[in-house]
Amino acid sequence: MTRAGESYWLDVWRQFKVHKGALASAAFLTGVIVAVAAGPWLWPVDPQFIDVRARNAGMSLEHPLGTDQLGRDTLARVIAGGRTSLAVGVTAMAIALVLGTLVGVLAGYLRRIDGALMRLTDLFLALPLLPLLLVAILLFRDMLRSAFGPEAGIFILIVAVIGITSWMQTARVVRGEVMTIREREFVLAARSIGTSRRRIITRHILPNVMSPVLVSATLGIANAIITESALSFLGLGFPSDFPTWGRLLYDGVDYLQRYPERAMAPGLAISLTVLAVNYLGDGLRDALDPRIRTR
Amino acid sequence: MLIVAAMILPGTAGAERGGDGHVSILYWQAPSQLNPYLSGGIKDTEAASLVLEPLARHDHRGNMVPWLAESVPTLANGGVSSDLTRITWTLREGLIWSDGTPVTSSDVVFTANYCMHPDGGCARLANFEDVEKVEALDELRVMITFSKPKPYPYGPFVGATVPILQAAQFAECTGERAPECTEANFNPVGTGPFRVTEFRSNDVITMEANPNYRDPEKPAFATLTFKGGGDAAAAARAVLETGEIDYAWNLQLAPDVLAAMQDAGKGTVVSSFGTLVERLMINLTDPDPAHGEERSTRTHPHPFLSDVRVRQALSMAIDRGLLAEIGYGQAGRPTCNVVPAPAAYVSTANDACFVQDMEGANRLLDEAGWSRGDDGVRTRNGVRLSVLYQTSTNAVRQDFQALIKQWWSEIGVETELRNVDASVFFGGDPGSPDTYQKFNADIEMYANSFEGTDPEPYLANWRCGNDPRPDNQWQGGNMPRYCSEVYDALLDRMSKTGGLAERSDLAKAMNDMLMQEYVMIPLVHRGRVSAHVRSLGGVLLNTWDSELWNIADWHRID
Repeated sequence: MTRAGESYWLDVWRQFKVHKGALASAAFLTGVIVAVAAGPWLWPVDPQFIDVRARNAGMSLEHPLGTDQLGRDTLARVIAGGRTSLAVGVTAMAIALVLGTLVGVLAGYLRRIDGALMRLTDLFLALPLLPLLLVAILLFRDMLRSAFGPEAGIFILIVAVIGITSWMQTARVVRGEVMTIREREFVLAARSIGTSRRRIITRHILPNVMSPVLVSATLGIANAIITESALSFLGLGFPSDFPTWGRLLYDGVDYLQRYPERAMAPGLAISLTVLAVNYLGDGLRDALDPRIRTR
Repeated sequence: MLIVAAMILPGTAGAERGGDGHVSILYWQAPSQLNPYLSGGIKDTEAASLVLEPLARHDHRGNMVPWLAESVPTLANGGVSSDLTRITWTLREGLIWSDGTPVTSSDVVFTANYCMHPDGGCARLANFEDVEKVEALDELRVMITFSKPKPYPYGPFVGATVPILQAAQFAECTGERAPECTEANFNPVGTGPFRVTEFRSNDVITMEANPNYRDPEKPAFATLTFKGGGDAAAAARAVLETGEIDYAWNLQLAPDVLAAMQDAGKGTVVSSFGTLVERLMINLTDPDPAHGEERSTRTHPHPFLSDVRVRQALSMAIDRGLLAEIGYGQAGRPTCNVVPAPAAYVSTANDACFVQDMEGANRLLDEAGWSRGDDGVRTRNGVRLSVLYQTSTNAVRQDFQALIKQWWSEIGVETELRNVDASVFFGGDPGSPDTYQKFNADIEMYANSFEGTDPEPYLANWRCGNDPRPDNQWQGGNMPRYCSEVYDALLDRMSKTGGLAERSDLAKAMNDMLMQEYVMIPLVHRGRVSAHVRSLGGVLLNTWDSELWNIADWHRID
């Protein structure tokens, strides 16, 4: 049963607390976000500064994670890389999520535009991401570069392109869920007492499709981080000296045999972050799903 | 030749043929046949060089040395006619093929006709360009006539790629039948120190010492196996770590990986340098996208790189020694010339660049009126020293970019880095804005070299009018869009000059012009790396010819 409106989130929190993994993940993610946001104050070393004499150094007090082949501090680079990677991941995911949920709910709820929206989704699914990015970069790079500078320009471009090309899975899943929920008794009941469409969608349908949306979101963050690193590798992403987790990982692969820690630091950061986001999504799904919560 | 041999063979005087037993060679690309005229592959040419020999070749320093010929024909010794259209070669006396028959001028004539056969599909046709006819004057003398004056007439029969074939063996193998003669192509009769006993295509070749080799004391090895296949890392390990193979070719590995293997103590890494130079090209024209189609063309000069003092300061701020060490280890060394070899063509006028000079660079920019702003970047009349520096995607190049960016920031130049996928960058597609010909950046970095030892066609890249631009579909080799009448006049003189000494003076003068106007900034002279076990002596790595060019002098040391 549901209590008064303000205690809804209290209820969700009560359920969320039960999932220990999710709780730990939330704590870890908060830690990562704080670390990368406050990194430059916590560890005030320029991630791009080259100290050739200290190249390939192991772990020490001066360089807690060692240095790379040019003597740049790995810890500073992991922190700086995390800022970019998380920003790209979260922003691209947010764009994809909003687009996907919007299209999915509209297609699932409004039959008239279902066909058109789903064909649009198919069209986007058929678009190959890398060639599209190539074209987008050719067309817009110089424009965005002069308007926002090389790094911010590429950020906008990458986030927009990843967001615009990865909402389709969410849209399809959401549409399916909406179609089943639409026919359920509680929606019929709400409709029979004259609840407006908007209210039915926001109050009854959205909370019930939250779980697939959250799962897509977690996968989306991971996907965006990985796509960005693939782009950096192809030379289409950020400038090569601008650290991101993906770029650090790729740079580290060449030295895997001799300096495994160089690939481990960004690799662990990516895996743990993605894992934590997935756990968090799992816990949130359980907490937000009214059917599980009331059990 | 004998003097050289004596110098590198201390204590082996009086050694006998085959006295040192067996030698094994590993090429991680396997030879598929032994006829260099039917294959462009280095692996095939080099394997064939154990058996087949040219009239002359280049030694490890890039100097031309007579091989089957008595001497190298030049203008000075009368071997080249004064109108530069004829060259006459004379064979050494007493040469015999491994089957015991004598080598004559008719074999040389046959080889030329074999390659120039219209139906033959010869892989070395470029060496025979402009050859009108090849005729035997007597048993030992051959005259090659060119259809026009040829200041550098050493295309035919110089180098391991164009050796002499035995006319008797290949007589039935001309034209369309050339690839069908499997027996001849797998087991050619030669004059070299070895002859084939068994050839397994794309796998292993077994050889034995040629009983009819001209020097009765050589080769030192009685038998030889030439193994093909695997990869560079495995090949390096087989020589340096386990010592099971005596010699491994072309080990393109990261410098620290190779150094770690060498620490095992079984073998030695050897390197040799051809003409490959990693360099920065300076765009003398404005790449601003606002110019549209006229972007990076000679219509708009560059806003600040047209100031030679800026270009010079950029060069002075670079520590080339460090770049070579970090990027290429033993396969690289700093260079101040775009023509880095052969020795006769190398200028010493630019050697000041070996020393990084930050103070000097800063002073130069101060004097030129470029003053630092609040953010440390220099400006003059509102123009900011901010460069876009592009190259292909490659781990070593990205390290170079990062290092150079930092050095330039120390002289008040701001740098933005860009890396482009190599297949796009070097792809030459006129539709792409990211090719190295389009040069939509201020500075770009790549490596280039020239074939053989004659730099004339290479230097001709920087002639006026050879700049890539829309009306030639962005083709052309003049990336900096350089144009100088003096330079072009030197090029014209070189195309009419036959003497090697004068040619090298002209090449040096042109190299110095390019260097002293800083239209390109050479960074690292890149070489080839191979390895041999410590017990193998006599190896002189040669990038101008086959690496196995002097295998007759290889021997075992204790």
